[in-house]
Amino acid sequence: MAKRIDVNDLNVYYSKFLAVEGVSINIEPKSVTAFIGPSGCGKSTFLRTLNRMHEVIPGGRVEGQVLLDGDDLYGAGVDPVTVRSQIGMVFQRPNPFPTMSIKDNVLAGVKLNGTKISRSDADDLVEKSLRGANLWNEVKDRLDKPGSGLSGGQQQRLCIARTIAVKPDVILMDEPCSALDPISTLAIEDLINELKSDYTVVIVTHNMQQAARVSDKTAFFNIAGTGKPGKLIEFNDTTAIFSNPEQKATEDYVSGRFG
Amino acid sequence: MSATTTNLNNKANGNSAPPVRKRNSLAKGKLPKWAIWAIAAGSIVLGAAASTLTGFNVASFAIYSAIIFLIAASVITTVVEGKRRGKNAMWTYLIYAAFIVALIPLASVLYTVLQKGLPGINSHFLFSSMNGVTGAVDNQTVANGEPVIGGAYHAVMGTLLITLWATLISVPVGMLTAVYLVEYGQGKALSKAITFFVDVMTGIPSIVAGLFAAALFGIILGPNARMGIVAAVALSVLMIPTVVRSTEEMLKIVPNELREASFALGVRRWRTILKVVIPTAISGIASGVTLAIARVIGETAPILVTAGIASNINLNVFANWMSTLPTFIYYQILTPTSPTNVDPSVQRAWAAALLLILMVMALNLIARLVASIFAPKKGR
Ligand SMILES: Nc1ncnc2c1ncn2[C@@H]1O[C@H](COP(=O)(O)OP(=O)(O)OP(=O)(O)O)[C@@H](O)[C@H]1O
Ligand SMILES: [Mg+2]
Repeated sequence: MAKRIDVNDLNVYYSKFLAVEGVSINIEPKSVTAFIGPSGCGKSTFLRTLNRMHEVIPGGRVEGQVLLDGDDLYGAGVDPVTVRSQIGMVFQRPNPFPTMSIKDNVLAGVKLNGTKISRSDADDLVEKSLRGANLWNEVKDRLDKPGSGLSGGQQQRLCIARTIAVKPDVILMDEPCSALDPISTLAIEDLINELKSDYTVVIVTHNMQQAARVSDKTAFFNIAGTGKPGKLIEFNDTTAIFSNPEQKATEDYVSGRFG
Repeated sequence: MSATTTNLNNKANGNSAPPVRKRNSLAKGKLPKWAIWAIAAGSIVLGAAASTLTGFNVASFAIYSAIIFLIAASVITTVVEGKRRGKNAMWTYLIYAAFIVALIPLASVLYTVLQKGLPGINSHFLFSSMNGVTGAVDNQTVANGEPVIGGAYHAVMGTLLITLWATLISVPVGMLTAVYLVEYGQGKALSKAITFFVDVMTGIPSIVAGLFAAALFGIILGPNARMGIVAAVALSVLMIPTVVRSTEEMLKIVPNELREASFALGVRRWRTILKVVIPTAISGIASGVTLAIARVIGETAPILVTAGIASNINLNVFANWMSTLPTFIYYQILTPTSPTNVDPSVQRAWAAALLLILMVMALNLIARLVASIFAPKKGR
């Protein structure tokens, strides 16, 4: 059940340092949105505010509103744990739990929370999630082996399976392919295309072709200089961003003329 | 000279080489394998000669041989194989020498304890106490040439029980402290204070820990409240800082990515710590705890002032005095059961020392086993 995200004038801080300033963006349900921009412009920082992972870092705080289907994530009395179980996240580096088997990794969201689940339900969930992550055929014979024994691309898909197993409404991905080979990258891009039919997907990428291939809409972030806050420069349909951007900075960046 | 050696080598390897073979310009002169043994043999002969000149003894013989070997081996390697390899040889042999020097005390301790302790180890020693064994008994066994009577069972049980209780106290306290320091208290004033006091605790002399526990229980139960649990408290004062430190180090090296992965799945912090962080670090924590036990199991002074000394079997840590192996050894040596015939007491002391060493070794082995059992699984 995909949900929409609306951000109103969001400022993101690391202690006193304003890392991202004045971002307003509307992310449609069942769509793929790509964040692009030069290194250090605050894409990861902004992405992490969308599921309240930013405040895990000491000193991390935000000002402004993030609405998930109209409910403010940062409203009074909102439990970040509830937010995170509805908005999942896949990290840049695959990080399966080293102490758990492949199966337990997929079930981590359920088991770590202490939720009781019957054996057959668990098996169904594992198969469904692994199929959803295009990994089932590769690992179905070794579900009880450790997750760290998989290749990097398989590990990343395992992390995606783990994320979709908790049935979130939104999936955030921070450069999910940057540690992967072209084949695994294609596998994950295909997967993102499939995930779109059930989830709202937001992906950070440095790969322009990837943004063009997978996303419906693209947001370009930029930074005026070191120590300055990152800002959202342009947000539009991906085809528009890549073929006729409105801003000069966007055009320079997507055409590779950027510093 | 270097050219000759190379030719020799080429000839030796010639059989397997292709028929028309250019000399490998990358290969440099190299000493044949036997050369180093020849140098060693020569050094031993020269070392013996040098030692005889100054009145032969084993120590000077070994030292002279080692020095001659070191110089000869590095000089010859330098001449034949070049400067870099010469230096490499010198440092390699120096490191071997340092290793052997470090091993000497260990080997000699083991040898002495085995030699003096083994005769005293038998099932009577292992399974009976000193209850009723008086000076008269010892005098009689010596006079009749009978085997020594009296054993260390009570001390073995005392050691096990007191250490067990000390572990039961220190592991929860130490682990929770470490969890607070790493997972909750980062940068807070309280955690800085705790770290400071843990550092101070690390330096507390063991007798002070013993006096502290004795005084603490003295306030509650009145003076002369000596029993196993007081000793366990004293030992846990010594163990807690070690447990905190090792657990803290292990928790710190758990990658932050795993915590974030767990948070991102909507898992609460305490569950993340309990089910992700600690299981990932458990093998290191377990071996840290075992090493902390190994450190306190040989303590003598704090036991004497807290649990006293006993010659009978007492399995209740909450009442009456208790002996442990270290206090047993101490008393057998300092106040032999029979002042006129000390041999039985000395034999019992060495046998107990051997038992203590075996216990510590067993603990170290257990630590390795535990670490490998809990280690994050690898492989496909
Ligand atoms: N933990 C942190 N504490 C303080 N400042 C941080 C922290 N993490 C990031 N920053 C700062 O916030 C700004 C944005 O960083 P961020 O990681 O969001 O950039 P990014 O756009 O994701 O870059 P990249 O493309 O290289 O991943 C940078 O100036 C960075 O130095
Ligand atoms: Mg980033």
